[in-house]
Amino acid sequence: MGVEGIGASVVRKEDKRFITGKGRYVDDIKLQGMTYAHFIRSPHAHAKVKRIDSAAAMKMPGVVGILTGQQIVDDKVGNLICGWAITSKDGTPMKMGAWPAMAPETVRFVGQAVAVVIAETKNQAKDAAEAVVVDYEELPAVADIRSAIKPGAPQLHPEAPGNVIYDWALGDEAAVKDAFAKAANVVTLELTNNRLVPNAMEPRAAIAEYNDAEEHFTLYTTSQNPHVARLVLSAFYNIAPEHKLRVIAPDVGGGFGSKIYIYPEEMVALWASKKVRRPVKWTGDRSEAFLTDAHGRDHISKAEMAFDKDNKILGLRVKTHANLGAYMSLFSSSVPTYLYATLLSGQYVIPAIHAEVITVYTNTTPVDAYRGAGRPEASYLLERLMETAARQLKVDPAELRRKNFISQFPYQTPVIMAYDAGDFGASLDAAMKAIDYAGFAGRKEKAKKEGKLRGIGVSCYIEACGIAPSKAVGSLGAGVGLWESAEVRVNPVGTIEILTGSHSHGQGHETTFAQLIAERLGVPISQVAIVHGDTDKVQFGMGTYGSRSIAVGGTAIVKAMEKVEAKAKKIASHLLEASEGDIVIENGEFKVTGTDKSIALPMVALAAYTAHNLPDGMEPGLKETAFYDPTNFTFPAGAYVCELEVDPGTGKTSFVNFVAADDFGRLINPMIVEGQVHGGLAQGIGQALLEAAVYDDNGQPVTASFMDYTMPRADDLLSFKLSHTTTLCPGNPLGVKGCGEAGAIGASAAVINAITDAIGTNKLEMPATPDRVWHAIHAAA
Amino acid sequence: MSTVKLTVNGKAVSVDVEDRTLLVQLLRENLNLTGTHVGCDTSQCGACVVHIDGRAVKSCTVLAGQAAGANVTTIEGIAKGDELHPMQAAFRDNHGLQCGYCTPGMIMSAIDIVHRHGGQLDEQTVRHELEGNICRCTGYHNIVKSVLDAASRMKVAQAAE
Repeated sequence: MGVEGIGASVVRKEDKRFITGKGRYVDDIKLQGMTYAHFIRSPHAHAKVKRIDSAAAMKMPGVVGILTGQQIVDDKVGNLICGWAITSKDGTPMKMGAWPAMAPETVRFVGQAVAVVIAETKNQAKDAAEAVVVDYEELPAVADIRSAIKPGAPQLHPEAPGNVIYDWALGDEAAVKDAFAKAANVVTLELTNNRLVPNAMEPRAAIAEYNDAEEHFTLYTTSQNPHVARLVLSAFYNIAPEHKLRVIAPDVGGGFGSKIYIYPEEMVALWASKKVRRPVKWTGDRSEAFLTDAHGRDHISKAEMAFDKDNKILGLRVKTHANLGAYMSLFSSSVPTYLYATLLSGQYVIPAIHAEVITVYTNTTPVDAYRGAGRPEASYLLERLMETAARQLKVDPAELRRKNFISQFPYQTPVIMAYDAGDFGASLDAAMKAIDYAGFAGRKEKAKKEGKLRGIGVSCYIEACGIAPSKAVGSLGAGVGLWESAEVRVNPVGTIEILTGSHSHGQGHETTFAQLIAERLGVPISQVAIVHGDTDKVQFGMGTYGSRSIAVGGTAIVKAMEKVEAKAKKIASHLLEASEGDIVIENGEFKVTGTDKSIALPMVALAAYTAHNLPDGMEPGLKETAFYDPTNFTFPAGAYVCELEVDPGTGKTSFVNFVAADDFGRLINPMIVEGQVHGGLAQGIGQALLEAAVYDDNGQPVTASFMDYTMPRADDLLSFKLSHTTTLCPGNPLGVKGCGEAGAIGASAAVINAITDAIGTNKLEMPATPDRVWHAIHAAA
Repeated sequence: MSTVKLTVNGKAVSVDVEDRTLLVQLLRENLNLTGTHVGCDTSQCGACVVHIDGRAVKSCTVLAGQAAGANVTTIEGIAKGDELHPMQAAFRDNHGLQCGYCTPGMIMSAIDIVHRHGGQLDEQTVRHELEGNICRCTGYHNIVKSVLDAASRMKVAQAAE
């Protein structure tokens, strides 16, 4: 490794603009003649839109236009789509209800837009919106899974009788039945995976500009995947053909999944910019984020695990109901199915698994992928089940896990995934050592004397990342391929531009990707620029989510670089009059092995562009592209152990220690990787202790601001102890697995297992607030 | 409309704004100082923290008119030319930021924390003091590290003066 190459914790190239206030986020952009949009949103969870009277509002100062849902339907802007087709176990397709960008007739969740005001200033748009009168006829609403599937429940969509979207299953039901028939012990657990709000700190925003002479749109938007946005806006929403639509995602202030999707506001801004022939800007406020950003999780599940007399797992049966909200968001259908049930084998040899997943509509904000997306739900279920089993079987939870670990790779699970590499025992050993697991009993005893209940909780997670082999996901219903593209441009002076289809919104790609170049070509990272987030610059890309950027996007860069190197070697051998096979690249120089002859990269680059002296028949220039389609998912895995104390008088939880031992394969920038883990852990701990999106029975959100929805703050958390065990990923040349979601996937179960260990009862749901913990203690007593 | 006169990052400015204009709006929209961010609408997140007469204040809680005559410093005003403020440098060196959105408010709050505690800070105090600033990316681990690092850098810098 060089000082800036693979494995070096170099400080981030992108930081200077952020720490000096020079970041450029969508809301920072102003265009000439720009107008401002303010949406009129339904205060009801379920209602008919009877009439919209905007006559008085139109006369308000600064109003440029007021546009309604009926107009967007009349203009044939397409309905929002779900891009992953799931088939129910009876063979019928999923039942997708229509979702217009603004509701012409029926609103189905609080916050759904019915109209938009466009005005000269933001305040004028808001003022005029107050003067628009919307008559609603309220309809009965359902806000939770159990109410939605009751006979006689209010119905959301005529397409989906009983509010059921699909009833899907995976695995071998008969084999599982046999496994349970011969079980020595069966462990059962019912649990809820609480609904979360992603809450990236930058609220969503969009600016749309229409050039009527060119019939061309430009959209600045807060997106994790601008090319996917362009594709969907063009192919499905009829906004403009792709060559007439440029999508730019500049600095984006966090995503966590919530900025994958193409939202109604972006569609309306584009459509409206053509209507009013002026640029239209919309910046969401936090309240709108709570109401309209896709939420995460929201499952209720029943799980049963069969063990033989030696405590080896025989089988697993899971039935899950998942709430997808009022409409099917872009990838919502894949989250509780192929990103969830396929991970139910966890780190364990489970000979037979069967999972049934029923998704339902409710009058709530749509639910889609949020950091981890399906995999946290699988990991939480499995790791709480293992802990429950250990207590029921009266064995050490760590040892029960170890006994059932998969230890031979590759390993084909009964639920599609084929794990390529791992060493689960090594991660568990590292975590147990870091927390001094052996000394816990003594610490617990000491805490008891001080009136505190101390607990320890283990969570061994695995995730499928590096999403994803296109052919595989295509066969499972995905509407897109999930490869990535890259372009490596060596400029005539030897500086390098990398154009990537990945998008960085906090992940530090400008540094990590530059390190790949430093490693291979010996070029300082200051000489490398990473270009992303603009469909006019980058050839194509599928974006950043699912911990895919280094495994898929990084590999695409390596593939393009290999082509550049091959050409550069040809040029160098020609200039040095040496055999091509004798050229090696060292520290930015092309050397003839065994001689002192060499030529520096800038001279090779210059020769490529002057083209005065190139090998016969060679094209000028030094720039190559690659599309890389992975052959498998990657499988980051690890062990988290949490130690905490509960105050029995108040139910309040205090952390003592939290250790994470992760296997992400090769680390490019360990500092950045650890930062990703810290953030993920905070979100997993937030889910376990603090966060919950709550609706009342009528579908009114009661946690729609930071005053009501508890975001983790600095004093809710602790400094984490991280370590790494490494098995290289055999599926890509970098040996990398991805690290973005691990913390959020593994942390929740470790925390809840620790609390239930401390209080001696297993009946506890997330978020484990002091109130809930106190009641759990007293219910058990 | 009112005319508000104040000093921002050492420069006297005079701005005509609607009376309901918040200080953060004046900074972002009238002065194009877009380093100060808006992350919520309930004064919870702290992305908009600036210094008013040397004290950290959420600029979404202050009407522009209330800042008349005040000396306001934003994230754009704390470096000395190319020389970063020690807090900025500490955030970079300790990977105290990821998406960068909460960062300006964090840095402005953190400088005030160090000033108020005279550089005598421990982890628990920093965590408690950062209660008014929300970050969704870092889990605060490296932010706390950055603030503690900056506290010692600022102490050294002060001693040298």
